[in-house]
Amino acid sequence: MNIPLPYLTPVVPELILSLVASGLLLVELFTRRKALMGYVSLATAGLTLYVLPMSQGETFGGMFISDNYSTYFKLIFLINVILIVLVSLKYMAKTDTDYGEYYSLVLFSTVGMMLMASAKNLIVLYLGLELMALSTYILTGINRHDVKSNEAALKYFLLGAFSSALLLFGMSLLYGITASTDIYQIASFLKVGEVTPVLLVSIIFVIVAFAFKIAAAPFHMWAPDVYEGAPTAVAAFLSVGPKAAGFAVIGRVFYIAFGSVQTDWTAVFIGISILTMAVGNILAIVQVNIKRMLAYSSIAHAGYALLGVIAGTSEGLSAMMVYLLIYAFMNIGAFAIVILLDNGEEISQYAGLAKSHPVAAAMMLVFMFSLTGIPPTAGFIGKFNLFVAVVHAGYTWLVIIAVLFSVISAFYYLRVIMNMYMRPATHEASITSSPSLWLALIVTVVAVLAIGILPSIVLTGSSLCWQ
Amino acid sequence: MRSLLWLPALGLALFLGFLATGRVKYPVLSIVIFLPIAGALLLLLLKREHERLTKISALVLSTAVFLLCLPLYVDFDKSTPYMQFVEKHAWIPAFNINYAVGIDGISVLFVLLSALLTILCVAVSWNAINDKVKEFYASLLLLEGSMIGVFSSIDLFLFYIFWEAMLIPMFIIIGVWGGPNRIYAAIKFFLFTLIGSLLMLIGIIVLFFYTGHSFDMPRMMTSSYPYNLQVILFWAFFSAFAVKVPMVPVHTWLPDAHTEAPTAGSVILAGILIKMGAYGFLRINMPFFPEATKAMAPAMMVLSVIAIIYGAVICLGQTDFKRLIAYSSVSHMGFVTLGIFALNVQGIQGGILQMINHGIVTGALFLCVGIVYERTHTRLITDYGGAATPLPVYAGLFMIFTLASMGLPGTNGFVGEFLILVGGFTASKMLGTLAATGIILGAAYMLRLYQNVFFVGINPRLMGMPDVNEREILTLAPLVILVFWIGFYPNAFLGFMDASVQHLIERVSTTVPQLSQQSGGMMR
Repeated sequence: MNIPLPYLTPVVPELILSLVASGLLLVELFTRRKALMGYVSLATAGLTLYVLPMSQGETFGGMFISDNYSTYFKLIFLINVILIVLVSLKYMAKTDTDYGEYYSLVLFSTVGMMLMASAKNLIVLYLGLELMALSTYILTGINRHDVKSNEAALKYFLLGAFSSALLLFGMSLLYGITASTDIYQIASFLKVGEVTPVLLVSIIFVIVAFAFKIAAAPFHMWAPDVYEGAPTAVAAFLSVGPKAAGFAVIGRVFYIAFGSVQTDWTAVFIGISILTMAVGNILAIVQVNIKRMLAYSSIAHAGYALLGVIAGTSEGLSAMMVYLLIYAFMNIGAFAIVILLDNGEEISQYAGLAKSHPVAAAMMLVFMFSLTGIPPTAGFIGKFNLFVAVVHAGYTWLVIIAVLFSVISAFYYLRVIMNMYMRPATHEASITSSPSLWLALIVTVVAVLAIGILPSIVLTGSSLCWQ
Repeated sequence: MRSLLWLPALGLALFLGFLATGRVKYPVLSIVIFLPIAGALLLLLLKREHERLTKISALVLSTAVFLLCLPLYVDFDKSTPYMQFVEKHAWIPAFNINYAVGIDGISVLFVLLSALLTILCVAVSWNAINDKVKEFYASLLLLEGSMIGVFSSIDLFLFYIFWEAMLIPMFIIIGVWGGPNRIYAAIKFFLFTLIGSLLMLIGIIVLFFYTGHSFDMPRMMTSSYPYNLQVILFWAFFSAFAVKVPMVPVHTWLPDAHTEAPTAGSVILAGILIKMGAYGFLRINMPFFPEATKAMAPAMMVLSVIAIIYGAVICLGQTDFKRLIAYSSVSHMGFVTLGIFALNVQGIQGGILQMINHGIVTGALFLCVGIVYERTHTRLITDYGGAATPLPVYAGLFMIFTLASMGLPGTNGFVGEFLILVGGFTASKMLGTLAATGIILGAAYMLRLYQNVFFVGINPRLMGMPDVNEREILTLAPLVILVFWIGFYPNAFLGFMDASVQHLIERVSTTVPQLSQQSGGMMR
C-alpha cells in the first residue's frame, strides 16, 4: 500500500508550530529553566512569521487553504504569540506559574487559530476551534493554586463546551441540507436552493457559537469572569487571539458559505453588534477591576469589529481585519502595563502612577487614548477605516450609534488616565520590570503611534487580502 | 528673569535681519506646526530637576515659533482670496488623503494669535506651575502645534486629526494643573467636545464619498451638494463647532473648564480653542454648504442673540472672578456667531476681528486674574475690594482690558462689536437691537466687577501685596499694544481678510437663485 505524502507547503507554519509545541512538552521534563522554553517559542514564532508568506496554496483535498486572507489573520496570531511570550517571561515566574507546558499550550492554541483561519471545510474548522479552545481552557486555569483561576477555567470550559455543541448542531443541520461540509460547495448549493427554516436555524446556531468565541453580547457573560480569574498574561492572550480567530471564521463562513443569504444574517449581526457595543461600553463604566474593565472593553471592541462584517463588502472585511490587528497592539499593550505593576488589578491603584513611574503612565495614556479612538493613535485609524467602509455600505445610522457608544467608552478609559495623572498616590506603586516586558511595551507603543501617524503601513496591505 | 530677556531679543534681531536681507524661504506652516510638537517631545526627555532649563527652552521655543510665523504677516498677499503658503504631500493614498496646509485671509490672524498667546502662557506660568513642570510645558507646546495645525489644514482629514489631537493636551492641562474641581471639569470638557467631534467625523466621511473620494477642502469649497445632504451635513458639523464656540445650550462645559483650568489653560481656551468653533463655521459650513447656511442663518442668529443676552445676564450674578469672565465669553462669542451668520461683509469681518479681539482681551483678563490669584489664591470677587490701593499699576492695566471688553471706542472691542452690529442690523433689525442690549449688560457686569475688585471697601489681606513685576508687565504689554492698535487702526487687520471674506460672501450669495429653485423643488 502506498500512501502519498500530501502537499505540505501550505501547512508549513502550522507544522513548525505543532512540532515545536510537542517538542517543548518533552523538553519540559528535563529542564528547570522554564524561561528557555519561552525563548524557543519566540524563535519559533519568528521563524513561522518568516515562512508565512511562502506558504500559499490548498491542500488535504481542498480542506485547507492558505490565502492572503488567512495569512493576514495568521500574522495577527503570531504577533499575539510573540507579544504574549514577551510579557509572560517574567510574569509567570513572578506568580509561581512558570510551568513548561504554558508555552506549549500557547503554541498549540495558536495552531488551532491558524487552522480556523485556513479552514475551507467545516470539519477542519471544528478541529481548529477545539484545539484552540481546549488549550485556552487549560491556560485559564494554569494557576493551579488560585481558586479564582480554577473557577474561571471551569466556567470557560462549561460555557465553551456548550457553544461547541451548538456549533456542531448547526453544522450538522447544514450538512443535512447541503450534503457537504465544504464551504464552497455549501455556498454553491445555497445559491440555487431556497431559504428554509432549517437553514435559518442552522445559521442562528453557527452565529451563536461564534458570538460566544468573540465575546459578543448576549453571549459575553464568560469574558469578565475569565479575564479576571485568568493570569493577566493569559487574559491578554484570550482578548486578542481567540477573538481574531472567531472573526476569521465569521468572515469566511458567512461571506462565502452563507453569501447568498446575506440579508438574513446581516440583520442578526446588526442586532448583536448594537447590543454588544451597549453592554460592553455601559457595563465597563462601573468596573473597579481593570481586568474586568478591559474585558468589557474587549466586548465593546468586538461590537465595533462586527460592523465591518455587517458592511458586507470586501472593504468592510478588510477594515475589520485592520481593526483586529490594531486592537492586538493596543490591548496587549494595556494588559502589559497591568502586568508591569505589582498591584495593578484595581483601577484605584493607578492613582499617582504618573508621578512614581512616568514612562509607564505615559504608555498607558497612549493605550487608553488609542482604545478610545483619539488621533493620532492607531485606534483612531482603525475606527476611521471601519466607519468609512460601513458608511460606504449604506449603514450611516449604525455608525452614529457606534460613535455614541465611543463617547461612553471615553469615560471609562479616561478614568484610568485620571487616576494616573490627576489623583494623588494612595500607596507606593511598585513595578517588576524585565527587558522582555519593556520590549513588548516599546513594540506596542511604537506600533500604536506609528500606525496612528502613518496609517499606510496597515492600510495598503489589507485591501489586497480579500478577493 | 531679566538676564533671560536677551535670548528672545537676540533671536528677534537675527530673524528680522534675515527678513530684511534675503527673505528666507522655508515651509513656514509645517515648521510652525511641527517645531512645537518636536520641542514638546524634547522637553519630555529633559531631566526632572532641570526646571529652569525646561522653562527657558519652552520660552525660547515658543518665541522662535512666533518669529518663524512672521513671514505669514509680512509676505501675505492680501489681494487673493485663495490659499497661500500651500504645502501638499501624499499621506494616506488608500483614502486619497494628503498632508495639505495653507492659509488664507480667514485663518492667517489665528495662526499668529496662537503663536503669540502661547508665549504669554509660558511667561505667565513661570512661577505658577511648580508640579510636573516639563509635562506642563510639553502639553502647552503640543497644544500650540495642534492649534496651528487646525487653522492651517486644508485637508479635511488632517483638520480632524489636529482638531481631536488637541483634546489630549488640553484635557491633561485642565485635569492635572487645574483647581479643586478639575477632574470633573476636564472630563466634562472632553466628553462634550468628543461627542460633537465624532458626529462631525461621520459628516466628514459622508462628505468624502460625495466629493469623489477626496478630502480636499478647496475642492469642497467649490463643489455643490444636494440641498438635503447639505442640511444634514450642516448639522453634523454644527454639532462639533457649536460645542466648541460654545453656543447655548451646549455651553455648560465652558464655565467649568475655564474656571478650573490653570491660568495658561484658561487663556488658551478663551483665546484660541473656542475660536475654532466659529472658525469651523467660516471654513467649512459656509463655503461647503452655502444653501443650507443661507437657510439656517436665521436660526443661528437667534441662537446667537440668546447666547449674548443669557451669557450677560448670568454674568451679573457671578461671585467667582473666573466664572464671570467665562460666562462673558459665552456672551461675546454670541456676538461673533451673530456677525458670521448675518452673512454680509461687515458681519463676517466684524466676527473674525471680534474673535481676535476676544482672544486678546479675554486672554488678557485671564492673565490678570492669574496674576492676583498667584498672590491671594482665591477667585471670589468678595475676597478682593480696594485692590487699587496696593496694586495701582495692575488696576490701570485691568482697566484697559475692562474697557476693551465693554467695547469702548478707541479700543479693539469697539471696532469688532460695531461691525457686527452693523451686519446684524442689516440682516435683521430686531435681532440687531436685541444684541445691542448685550453691550449695555456687558458694561454693567464688567464695571460692577471692576468696582468690587478695585474700589469698594479695603480688604486688609491685600495690603502690602506687591504690584505687578516686570515679567507680568511684559506679559501684558503686547496685548495692551494690540488693544489700541486694532482700536485705532483696524485696517491693519481687516485688510488681511477683505479678499477672502468677499469671496466667501460671493460663494454664499451667488447660490441664492439656486436655493429658491432647488429647495423649492425639494420641499415639494
